[in-house]
Amino acid sequence: MTIHQHEVLIIGAGMAGLRAAIEANKVADVAVLTKIFPTRSHSGAAQGGMAGALGNLDDDNWEFHMFDTVKGSDYLGDQDAIEIMCREAPELVYELEHMGTPFSRTPEGKIAQRRFGGHTLNFGEKPALRANYSADYTGHVVLHCLYDQCVKNSVRFYSEFLVTYLIIKDNVCRGVVAWDIRHGGLHVFHAKAVMFGTGGYGRAWRITTNAFANTGDGLGVALTAGLPLEDMEFVQFHPTGLYKSGILMTEGARGEGGYLKNKDEERFMKRYAPNLMELGPRDLVSRSIQTEIIEGRGAQTPEQKSKGIPGDFVWLDVTHLGEAKLREVLPQIFDLSKNFVGVDPAKAPVPIQPTAHYSMGGIPVNAAGRVVCDAKNTEVRGLYAAGECACMSIHGANRLGCNSTLDATFHGRQTGRTIARDIGNLTYEDLPPEAAQEAQAQIDWYYKATGKENLYDIRGDLQDTMQKNLGIFREAKGLEAQLQILGELKKRFSNISLKDKSQEFNTELQEAIELGNLLSFAETIVVGALARQECRGAHWRTDHPARDDAKWLKHTLAYREEGKIRLDYKPVVITRFQPKERKY
Amino acid sequence: MKITFKVYRFDPQSGKAPYLQDFPVEVTPGMTILDALGEIKAHQDGTLVYRRSCRSGICGSCAMKINGFNRLACETQALLLKQSVIHVEPLPGLKPIKDLAVDMEIFYEALARVKHWLINPDPPPTDKERYQSPEDFKKIEVSTSCILCASCTASCPSFWADKNYLGPAAILKAYRYSFDTRDKGFADRVGALDNKHGLWRCHTIMNCTDCCPKHINPTESICHLRRMTVENKY
Ligand SMILES: Cc1cc2nc3c(=O)[nH]c(=O)nc-3n(C[C@H](O)[C@H](O)[C@H](O)COP(=O)(O)OP(=O)(O)OC[C@H]3O[C@@H](n4cnc5c(N)ncnc54)[C@H](O)[C@@H]3O)c2cc1C
Ligand code: SF4
Ligand code: SF4
Ligand code: FES
Repeated sequence: MTIHQHEVLIIGAGMAGLRAAIEANKVADVAVLTKIFPTRSHSGAAQGGMAGALGNLDDDNWEFHMFDTVKGSDYLGDQDAIEIMCREAPELVYELEHMGTPFSRTPEGKIAQRRFGGHTLNFGEKPALRANYSADYTGHVVLHCLYDQCVKNSVRFYSEFLVTYLIIKDNVCRGVVAWDIRHGGLHVFHAKAVMFGTGGYGRAWRITTNAFANTGDGLGVALTAGLPLEDMEFVQFHPTGLYKSGILMTEGARGEGGYLKNKDEERFMKRYAPNLMELGPRDLVSRSIQTEIIEGRGAQTPEQKSKGIPGDFVWLDVTHLGEAKLREVLPQIFDLSKNFVGVDPAKAPVPIQPTAHYSMGGIPVNAAGRVVCDAKNTEVRGLYAAGECACMSIHGANRLGCNSTLDATFHGRQTGRTIARDIGNLTYEDLPPEAAQEAQAQIDWYYKATGKENLYDIRGDLQDTMQKNLGIFREAKGLEAQLQILGELKKRFSNISLKDKSQEFNTELQEAIELGNLLSFAETIVVGALARQECRGAHWRTDHPARDDAKWLKHTLAYREEGKIRLDYKPVVITRFQPKERKY
Repeated sequence: MKITFKVYRFDPQSGKAPYLQDFPVEVTPGMTILDALGEIKAHQDGTLVYRRSCRSGICGSCAMKINGFNRLACETQALLLKQSVIHVEPLPGLKPIKDLAVDMEIFYEALARVKHWLINPDPPPTDKERYQSPEDFKKIEVSTSCILCASCTASCPSFWADKNYLGPAAILKAYRYSFDTRDKGFADRVGALDNKHGLWRCHTIMNCTDCCPKHINPTESICHLRRMTVENKY
């Protein structure tokens, strides 16, 4: 097995990984491992914008941003970390601009800003112009700018390397083991510091905005290494995914003034969020859409109409904004609507449905970006995480739009700086020999497996059942059923076999490993959701229809021990804003 | 509707020459070429290799030659091609690795040659952005939506003939930065542009512009850069 040595290893080349690499590379030897080429990372799919109270077009300030983020999180966000991020967000956005990110501009030439759900002025008074954007390509241009900066600074990349194993012993991280996708074979990467920036886990659902790559590998690998995962039951459903595929139609469409309408062409949000209407926070808007559908006010396809089947989507209507404006501020939605639902959004409303979008939960970290492994926040030496795979927790029970490109880039930078500070005190710790052996045994298992099950069918069944039982509305019955189903799916997974036995570019092997990760962390979502008998943010229990601060104002920690999930809890950090009823 | 996908198969380890393999797929409305490849991989042949990630035309992973034309598999609907047989092959002009996956190394190297990052020795203002007018942003906006899918460069006859040619994607990147009002790096890039493997290799055949999935016109940016190069000299 080839052994590499780099002082700092960054796993993932999205906004979090790339921004961290730029920072750590200033003082240390850094290598970035990524299973897809850096600019293919899913950060590039972010459309709407990056939050930051620049106040270019109104009297915004960071305290309003902080309040909105706390309220949006349904008071589960940790306010110490939220405060730092919101306060420093404008400076981060300026820095991106200085690096060369092409932003849309105001007539004066400043960075253009638009409205986004849940972002308000004056503690909820009216919508704020806080989302810094570049048409509807914001994530794409930021990701490419960060990549360009990495190349400029000669950051070393290992592209198409799949991390399969995290080496931790005695609470000290020593490196990772990764599979060389292109050539085959495992490589050991020995490091002083390892940072995970492996992104989200939306691929556990059927209808999702997430890329094929978003299989939550970092979480699967961390769980196997004995680390807990935090707040996994909180998964955001974006209100506006294209009908059937779930591909995102940016919230910017509503930020720019788009309407949501049911089959009677009624702007139904007036019944759910009379003040902010379509610009309510995502959890609320998604629930409202789902309620319309459940109560028979969903729009119907011609086929559904002729057969008398109730509709299962609603309309996103931007026709009144006019083609010229749409082409200017939301160019991407034309191709997306045309290619994936065959609709011209300037001429007709677009059929949409809620879609699994963002993972609030993840690997627990403190505000410095160091991974912590228990309710007492004990640090794991040499291990860090940032971006969507991490849980700090900035987003608590529900993330506001535009806060996660900010989170990923901001905490990528913070964590990169933490690593740069720590690196002098860190050393290359011994590699336990069993690490490479265990990693190899995992791979060998796939090559030797001779079972009859088809891994793609197992993946499909996982996605369908998660969609059904861990969707927008949840109840004990469905959650218990899902626990049982996961057990069966795991049994089937142990009985798969690969058609492809080759070493080079074996994407079937990769998909099998990714499915293993999905099945592994999915259990933490279900167990966490079953235990949490309340409604908070994106976690809505129809059988416990209220928030319960007395019992549940706390973070979930899920460990896997002897094949079972054990839960623990830790307190939420509350500084400025005491929990209140959340109304919009 | 049943469509026969004729898919390019190649495995250097097998010692066999590349060949086309037939896969019949029941295609439903809305199904994309990428969906069809997924269906083939899941239920007909798990050894099929291709790259993909976002499945929404933004990551640039899935460019391939589909019925003779370089496009993104994920945003091409099978039924809209109106053919009962669909050829799926890797991008031409780049070294095939396995099945539909090609070696992108020379594509990325060409990018690095034009120094694809902002160059400006002047320190930026503190605590605010550099200003840029909406009109100046417009000049580069379309070019910034390039997803590095390589469709253009792989369709370019000049690139097929000269693998040292920068190719339209790298030149577009040089345009994206050189025409950004915040950039002062043209002098650093001109060496890579102003030579026989650079701007002057293009014969304005326009294949690149015809196939770009993001509706970008690399040929136009080549013309702009040629003008800048000439103006810079005299
Ligand atoms: C369609 C869409 C639109 C969005 N729009 C917005 C928006 O407008 N505003 C906003 O704030 N947020 C938005 N978000 C959310 C936001 O884009 C993401 O949360 C954020 O970009 C995540 O960045 P990241 O760096 O954590 O992860 P990613 O960008 O997903 O990167 C993950 C990286 O990890 C690597 N990786 C994963 N597993 C492995 C492994 N096993 N081995 C090696 N490498 C691995 C991948 O190769 C990749 O490089 C959107 C999300 C989606 C899906
Ligand atoms: S216009 Fe130039 S770059 Fe484009 S395909 Fe033709 S020769 Fe190549
Ligand atoms: S210019 Fe167009 S075709 Fe060429 S790499 Fe960029 S997106 Fe692809
Ligand atoms: S899969 Fe990303 S562009 Fe096609």
